[in-house]
Amino acid sequence: MSDLTDGNPLTGWTGPVRQTRLRSATKEVVIASDKPFCVIGERINPTGRKLFQEQLRAGDLSLIEKDVAAQIAGGADVLDINMGVPLTDEADLLVKAIQLVQSLCDLPICIDSSVVEALEAGLAAYQGRALVNSVTAEDERLEAILPLVKKYDAAIIALPNDADEIPMEADKRLVLTEKIVRVATQEYGIAIEDIVIDPLAMPIGADPSVGRTALETIRRIHAGWGLNQTCGASNVSFGMPGRHAINGAWLPLAMAAGMTSAIMDARTTSIVDSVRAADLLLGNDEWGMSWISTFRARQAAAAAAEAAGTPA
Amino acid sequence: MTPEEILKGLYDETLAGNGPAVLDLTHQALAQDMEPGSLLFDALIPALEEVGARFERGDFFVPEMLIAGRAMAGSMEVLRPLLADTGVETVGTFVMGTVQGDVHDIGKNLVNIMLEGAGFEVIDLGVQVKPEKFVSAIEEHNPDIVGFSAFLTTTMPMFKANINALEKAGLRDKVIVMVGGAPVTQEYADAVGADGYAADASATVKRAKALMDERRSKVPA
Repeated sequence: MSDLTDGNPLTGWTGPVRQTRLRSATKEVVIASDKPFCVIGERINPTGRKLFQEQLRAGDLSLIEKDVAAQIAGGADVLDINMGVPLTDEADLLVKAIQLVQSLCDLPICIDSSVVEALEAGLAAYQGRALVNSVTAEDERLEAILPLVKKYDAAIIALPNDADEIPMEADKRLVLTEKIVRVATQEYGIAIEDIVIDPLAMPIGADPSVGRTALETIRRIHAGWGLNQTCGASNVSFGMPGRHAINGAWLPLAMAAGMTSAIMDARTTSIVDSVRAADLLLGNDEWGMSWISTFRARQAAAAAAEAAGTPA
Repeated sequence: MTPEEILKGLYDETLAGNGPAVLDLTHQALAQDMEPGSLLFDALIPALEEVGARFERGDFFVPEMLIAGRAMAGSMEVLRPLLADTGVETVGTFVMGTVQGDVHDIGKNLVNIMLEGAGFEVIDLGVQVKPEKFVSAIEEHNPDIVGFSAFLTTTMPMFKANINALEKAGLRDKVIVMVGGAPVTQEYADAVGADGYAADASATVKRAKALMDERRSKVPA
């Protein structure tokens, strides 16, 4: 439990700041509303990448090395690893990928799978305190996944949808969030700080009302429990042109409502910049020291490139 | 307005997704005794074909597809009973659903729009559709094609379970099986024994028509 009690005037939360502590073997990252936004690098995922899928199926994990380097260079704080390749032993691949990534860097990992056996194998292989992606409010999923979260002392991303539907109103999402919090804390003894809610930001191109619904959900979840929240940053822009600009507008809006992390591609500088500018504006980058040092590093890199005779 | 002007207006307003205008033109056309089949085949379907072509080229985006589909659907509500009365046949019948364990439906709904836009009659069973519900819907509607949609790697195995259920019910050879969804690939479709796979809504229409043509050429009418 945090000793901070300053709440959040933007959402109306008056309780302690919830700190979700993630660790690799050597490094800790804290997700909290008074800390810089947690960028969970999303690229280590074969979905929609045919070459990567073929390589993984053949046991070749070499692309992961490049993806890890690119996400770190872009400023990722945590790395999401998903090895959902159809017709393979996902548990085995996930374990190998986790071991490889842990040998390459010291960032904490978000273990991303919908296969319970793969999650368990991944958690067993992981060194540190992982974030598990994800559980829903369905009884079956809660019963299968929460014991693993407890057993391996991890944190969990939870989606407030049940077996019937993805609720399109904030009210129902709040009811399911309440259920998740109650079951996780009371039945499984998971600390409330270790629950990270994904409020279900749906594509704006498929329904003009979903942006407001998501923002309302985020604000009310924060107001009610002070929970940390995350989302897939690019969901909202599905089917639209100019996706980076939409994602880059979405995250600061969500941050003002109480979002504290996102699963996003850190290679996209414009979106990372939006997030870091929002950190500054929300008071989570004191005196802009991080913003200024990033600016200086880019200036230095540009000057060095110019001196070497290549355009930056 | 002349019939030609009405057809052109219907086409243009459908393409623009202007629902009220499409509905208004539909009523005008019927007041002038224009054939319902002509409105469908000479204006609405060509408009949605153009939507699909533009979407494939990257010139049209998801909301434009949705509002065009909605505009056409408004007109179809008026036309459907009239079409049935005049004996106009649909291009084909498509039973569609998101598989059991899965509640994702955005992609499936886009596919439905493009199928209806191409003149298919779509029976949408919604999300979380159990194998036995697919079986009973196929028995009831006798569709040309059944479509299984899955968004998760954990729910994709339901394709195989559904196909097994169709086999058990003796329906497998009576219906074309198509599968799709974000994580689905052609390889996976082949591995579970589906007849067809398509990567997006527009491609689904083409593949569905091609599969129906293939089947017709094999089975003499």
